[in-house]
Amino acid sequence: MARFIVRRIVHMLLVLWAISVLVFLIFNVVPGGGTEGQVLRIAGRNANEVTREQVKKDYGFDQPMYVQYYEMMKKTLNGELISYSDQRNVRDEIVKGIPATASLVIGAGIIWLTVGVLFGVLSALYAGKFVDRFLTGLAMIGISMPVFWLGLVALYYLTYKIELFPPGGYVPLKEDPVDWAYHLMLPWMVLSVLFIGFYSRLLRTNVLDVENEDYVRTARAKGLSERQTLSRHTLRNAMIPIITLFGLDFGATFGGGAILTESIFGLQGVGQYTAESIGALDVPPIMGVVLYGAFFIVLLNTIVDILYAYLDPRIRLEA
Amino acid sequence: MSEPLLSVEDLHVRFNTEGGVVHAVDGVSFDLARGEILAVVGESGCGKSVTAQTIMGLTRTTNAEHEGSVRFRDRELLTAPNSELRKVRGAEIAMIFQDPMTSLNPVHRIGDQIVEQILAHEELPEPEARKRAVELLDRVGIPQARERMRSYPHEFSGGMRQRVMIAMALSCGPEVLIADEPTTALDVTIQAQILERIRELRETEDAGVILVTHDLGVVADIADRILVMYAGRIVEQGTLDEIFYDPQHPYTWGLLGSITRIDRERPERLPAIAGLPPSLADRPEGCHFRPRCPHEFDKCPEKPPLEPRGGAAGHCDRCWLSPEEKRAKRMVQGQIGLGSKGAVA
Repeated sequence: MARFIVRRIVHMLLVLWAISVLVFLIFNVVPGGGTEGQVLRIAGRNANEVTREQVKKDYGFDQPMYVQYYEMMKKTLNGELISYSDQRNVRDEIVKGIPATASLVIGAGIIWLTVGVLFGVLSALYAGKFVDRFLTGLAMIGISMPVFWLGLVALYYLTYKIELFPPGGYVPLKEDPVDWAYHLMLPWMVLSVLFIGFYSRLLRTNVLDVENEDYVRTARAKGLSERQTLSRHTLRNAMIPIITLFGLDFGATFGGGAILTESIFGLQGVGQYTAESIGALDVPPIMGVVLYGAFFIVLLNTIVDILYAYLDPRIRLEA
Repeated sequence: MSEPLLSVEDLHVRFNTEGGVVHAVDGVSFDLARGEILAVVGESGCGKSVTAQTIMGLTRTTNAEHEGSVRFRDRELLTAPNSELRKVRGAEIAMIFQDPMTSLNPVHRIGDQIVEQILAHEELPEPEARKRAVELLDRVGIPQARERMRSYPHEFSGGMRQRVMIAMALSCGPEVLIADEPTTALDVTIQAQILERIRELRETEDAGVILVTHDLGVVADIADRILVMYAGRIVEQGTLDEIFYDPQHPYTWGLLGSITRIDRERPERLPAIAGLPPSLADRPEGCHFRPRCPHEFDKCPEKPPLEPRGGAAGHCDRCWLSPEEKRAKRMVQGQIGLGSKGAVA
C-alpha cells in the first residue's frame, strides 16, 4: 500500500509538470507574434514602453524558450506573477479568494453529496414506484437548469421579490458565522442542484446494478437484514464511483471552477477572480488561476486514487 | 419415514416479465429428511435454481408470485415475513451458490464475511466469532486459516472461495444445506473435494442437503434420492438406483444417455438431447418434453400426472408410456438412451 501511495504521488508531480509546460506553451508560444506578441500578452495592450521593456527582460522573452519557461515558473511559484493592468499580485488575489471559494464549495459539497446519495438510494429502493419517478423527474429538472439561469431566477424571486436572502456578497466566517451562512445559503443550493441531479441518477443505476450481484444474494442468504445488506454490501460497492466523481467535482470547483455561481452572487472567490481576469484578457492572472485549479484537480485525483485502493482492495494489486 | 425436515408442496413461482409470465416452477412437491442428500437435476433453465432459492425466500422480487407451501419443521417459509425468514437464512438453512468467483463480496476480507454471518444469528463477542471462523476455514481445508482470515476474495482461487462459501454455510450449524450447482464452476479435482465436504456435513451434522446440479456424475457419487426437473415440473423422482437403473421418463433416458463413459467404447458423436428446453413463458400443452421426444404419441398433449407407474411407491414419473413400452424403448444400442426422432419415425 505504501508503495502504491508513493507511486501515485510521483505520478501527480509528473502530471503537474506536464500541465505547467502546456500552460506555458498555450499562453506564450501557441498564439505566435514573436517576442513582441509575448510581451504584449503579458503586459497588456495598454502598457507603456517602460513596462514592456521590463516585462521582456523579467520574463526572458529575448532568450531561448527553456529560459522563458524557467522564468515563468519561477515567478509563478515564488508568487511574483503580477497583473500589469492593475499591478495586483496574482498570488495575493488568489489567496484572498480562497476563503469564499472554500466556504462555497465545502458547504455545497456536503449538501450535494448527502442529498444526492439520499435521493439515489431512495430512487433505487423504490425503483419504478412513485418515489423513484418523482425523484427522477426532480433530478432531470435539476440537471436541465443551467446555473446562470437558476442563480438569477433565485436571486430575482428570493432576494428581490420576497427579500428572503441577501442579494449576494461574502461575509467572512470569523466576522459573523450566522451572517456567513445566511449569505451562502442561496449559492450553496444553486451550486448543489446540478450535482444532486447527476449523483442521484448515477447512484440509482449503481445500486440497481450491485443489487443483482451474486454477493448481495449471498448477503441475504447469510441472514443479514435488508439494512445490513444495503449498507455493508450494496452501498459499499455502489458508492465507489460516486467517490471518484465527488473528488473530481470538488477539486474542480475548489480550484475556481464555480465561476458562474461565484460571479452571480458576487462572492469574490477564486472563480470570480478567474471570470474577471478572462473578461479583461489579463494573461498573468489567467495563467495563475489555471495552474492553481490544475493543482487542486490533480491533488484531489490523487487522493481519490489512494482512497479507491483502500475501498477496493483489488486495485492495490494492479498498481 | 419420520417427519420430514423440509417439505415443499405444490410450489409455483411465476415471474411477470416483458416477455410474458414466466412460470419457472410449476407445482413442485418434495420432502427432505434429515441426513438425506436430495439431488435436483435437469438442464439449464428448467427451474432447479429458482426452486432452491425460493425455499430461502431469495426470489422475493417485485415481479414474482409464489403459491403453495414450503414448510421447514413446523414453520411456513413461503409466506413468512422477511424478519422471520432472516432468522432461518444462514442459520437453519444455509446455501452455497454456483459461482464462487462472484458470490463473495470483493471489498471485504474473507474473515469478516464469515464473522458477519455468525454475528447475524448469535449473541457472541466478536473474538469468539473470529475463533469459530478460523476453525471453520481450517475444517474446510484452507491452509493457514488464521492468516487467511485477512485475505480478500481475489487472493483466493475458485476452489478456495467455494470452500469459504461452505465454511460460511456451516458457520451456524444449519439443518438444511442447499447447494446450487456448487461444483459447476470448478475443475474436477476440486469438485471431488467439495463434494467430500458436503458429504461430511451430512454425516457430522445430520443435515439434509439439496444438491442442485446438471452433472449426473456428481449425482451418482453422492445423492440418495433424485428429482428430475424439466420446464418447471418434476418429471421423475426416485432413489439413486431407481433413476439410474430403471429410469421411466424419456427425458431421464436422454440425460443418462448423454453421460460420456470412460469404460465404454467412444461413440462417434457424443449423444445429446436434440433441441432446447421450451421457454418457460410459452410451454407446450400436456407433456412439456413432447416436442423433443422421439416417442411422442397421441396421448402426450394431455398433461401426465406425476405418479408411480409400476415400480416402487416412491418412484414416480410423468410419462404416458406403459412400463413395458418404456423398458423396450429406453434401450439404444444396448444402453439407456433417448434415441433420435428421425430413427424412430
